[in-house]
Amino acid sequence: MAEMRYREALGAALREELRRDERVVLMGEDIGVFGGAFKVTEGLLDEFGEKRVRDTPISENTIVGVGVGAAMTGLRPVVELMTINFALLAFDQIVNHAAHIHYMFGGQARVPLVVRMPQGAGHQLGPTHSHCLEAMFLQVPGLLVAVPSTPADAKGMLKTAIRDENPVIFIEHESLYGVRGEVPDGEDELVRFGVARIAREGSDVTIVGISRMAQTAERAAATLSAEHGIEAEVIDPRTLRPLDLDTILASVRRTNRCVIVEEGWPHGGVGANLAALIGEQAFDDLDAPVQRVTGADVPMPYSKPLEDIAYPHEPQVVAAALTTFGRSVPTGAAR
Amino acid sequence: MTDSPQRSLPPPDQAREWLETMTLIRRFEERAGEMYARAKIGGFLHLSIGEEATIVGSARALREEDYLISTYRSHGHALVRGTPPENVMAELFGRVDGCCHGRGGSMHIFDASRRFMGGYGIVGGNLPIAAGIALASDYSGRDEVTLCTFGDGASNQGTFGETLNLAALWRLPVVFMVTNNQFGMGTSLSRHSAVTDLRRKGESLGVPGMRCDGMDVLDTHAVVSAAVEQVRAERRPVLIEAITYRFRGHSMADPESYRSKDEVAAWRERDPVPSFGKVLLDAGVVDESSLAEIDAAAMARIDAAVTFAEGSPFPDAGSLYDDVYVLGESSRGWYSVETTEERSAGAEGEDPTHAANDEISQQLTSALAAGEDGGEPSGAAG
Repeated sequence: MAEMRYREALGAALREELRRDERVVLMGEDIGVFGGAFKVTEGLLDEFGEKRVRDTPISENTIVGVGVGAAMTGLRPVVELMTINFALLAFDQIVNHAAHIHYMFGGQARVPLVVRMPQGAGHQLGPTHSHCLEAMFLQVPGLLVAVPSTPADAKGMLKTAIRDENPVIFIEHESLYGVRGEVPDGEDELVRFGVARIAREGSDVTIVGISRMAQTAERAAATLSAEHGIEAEVIDPRTLRPLDLDTILASVRRTNRCVIVEEGWPHGGVGANLAALIGEQAFDDLDAPVQRVTGADVPMPYSKPLEDIAYPHEPQVVAAALTTFGRSVPTGAAR
Repeated sequence: MTDSPQRSLPPPDQAREWLETMTLIRRFEERAGEMYARAKIGGFLHLSIGEEATIVGSARALREEDYLISTYRSHGHALVRGTPPENVMAELFGRVDGCCHGRGGSMHIFDASRRFMGGYGIVGGNLPIAAGIALASDYSGRDEVTLCTFGDGASNQGTFGETLNLAALWRLPVVFMVTNNQFGMGTSLSRHSAVTDLRRKGESLGVPGMRCDGMDVLDTHAVVSAAVEQVRAERRPVLIEAITYRFRGHSMADPESYRSKDEVAAWRERDPVPSFGKVLLDAGVVDESSLAEIDAAAMARIDAAVTFAEGSPFPDAGSLYDDVYVLGESSRGWYSVETTEERSAGAEGEDPTHAANDEISQQLTSALAAGEDGGEPSGAAG
């Protein structure tokens, strides 16, 4: 075990996979000479050279498309997009091409491509750099969607993503890059996709936290225990496709209550989807309606006080959990 | 049209094969149109009638190991690479023996084993993919070239500028060929592009342009061959504009209100298939009876293709979820709520169609193992 930051864990995964497999090639805007907008790829150009760590023009759709073509013909490209909002420029290559090629060509071609990008609010970057859009990718069959929230998962899941034969949308979080955590040593320490992480065990209410919200959920669980005598079970699904629904349902069947916390928008969100699945498959086990805590239904504002209330914090999660017990506390939070 | 010089004929066998393939494409497309009218084929159907010289002249400039990538108008591109017409027709019929097992249809034809890399329904969507294919060739030190064809309409897409710039910057071995058939769907060239001299559209992006007479298989072949060999040697992309014309509508659902019958008739005077037949007749490569034989053979092959397609079953309902994902060690299933692990496991198995893709990977792996990691380097630094 070594303690490292989330960004360092990602960098370590890239370095190890570049060393392990000659077919791995990195492409992205400012990932080489600049070292990456968030310094994830720092040092990789020096070690691996310009053939394998490739600075690209600002052409998101084409960068991803180059990754698709290279993946179809034998490389293992890892494309970095600077933020998830920029991925919208590449939606054609991600959805119409990367996600569909294996299926539409009858299994003749594979697209073992990773597209990495950060998301999330909190840095006053306003309405074009701050959103959480995992739900948009979640909807697309053919994609795998990973949302790691700890340094250990960041490393183990990125390695899994690079070794997988499918296109993987690998969603990091800007506010997690500096977070430290224990990371297992060993270049074959993979974190399998489709296996949720139980971040905290508890028997009273299940809280599912997506991406950074897994950490917010853990803090809320501590408060629920200390101040309200409620023991929450916190689950981080880690991947949204594949989704470890079994672990979530098993927990809900024990706790009979569920809160889903996500930073993205409420309509058609991860929580909306998950609440529907829980309603369909565990309705009789529920003692209260599933609660969702989501980002506000607005483009992300710049001004700090507005930005702060536009994405979820611990008090809203505590309040939502209490609601499942028929208790309420004022939070002053925007929904 | 173009000031193309008189081109010399290839050896007789080769010349005859070009005419046979052009005729096969023509007869295939005509029959596909008939089958569409009889509701045997669904969706959209985009025919290449009129563009046979462009297709055959360019594809015959490639080596077997070179890649060809095309658009939604691509039946002819599969046929010219050797995909049996039976499997292309079965794909149009949505049958299990279609080259994509009925998953793609007319707009998404693919044949990995013959390095025909599709078949793409989004205008301009194939350009970045072509650059990626060329990157993989270059990366592993293979001197393959990728020929990427697209229509005049695609030259207005963002991917055109983005990909030409990147390909020039990275010195990728791509021959971009804009098949200028004079219309982006129903909008004529002069109404959709400020610059109508399309070969010049790459100049500001570092991609030199050339032009060929896409109605003349000899001129097309000569120009594309020179381009392919230049790209292979110099590792820099070029843009070729092939001047051609589609005799049919954009798709079968096209009333053709945007052009006159006279215009179509004028272009039909230069119909590339009979024109080339006459060239071969005049040169004594074929006689009247062998021309008739070539046509009869094409018709017979297309008859067989239709019979084959009609005899092929529709895909089984149980195959609906096959090949959404490649299932493997680190990720074994339950990718969607409708697909349980058991079902995914049942859908896996070893599919022989994976073989071609695996072969590409294996070639790459062996090339890398042999230390062929660049020869002429990838040019990332350049």
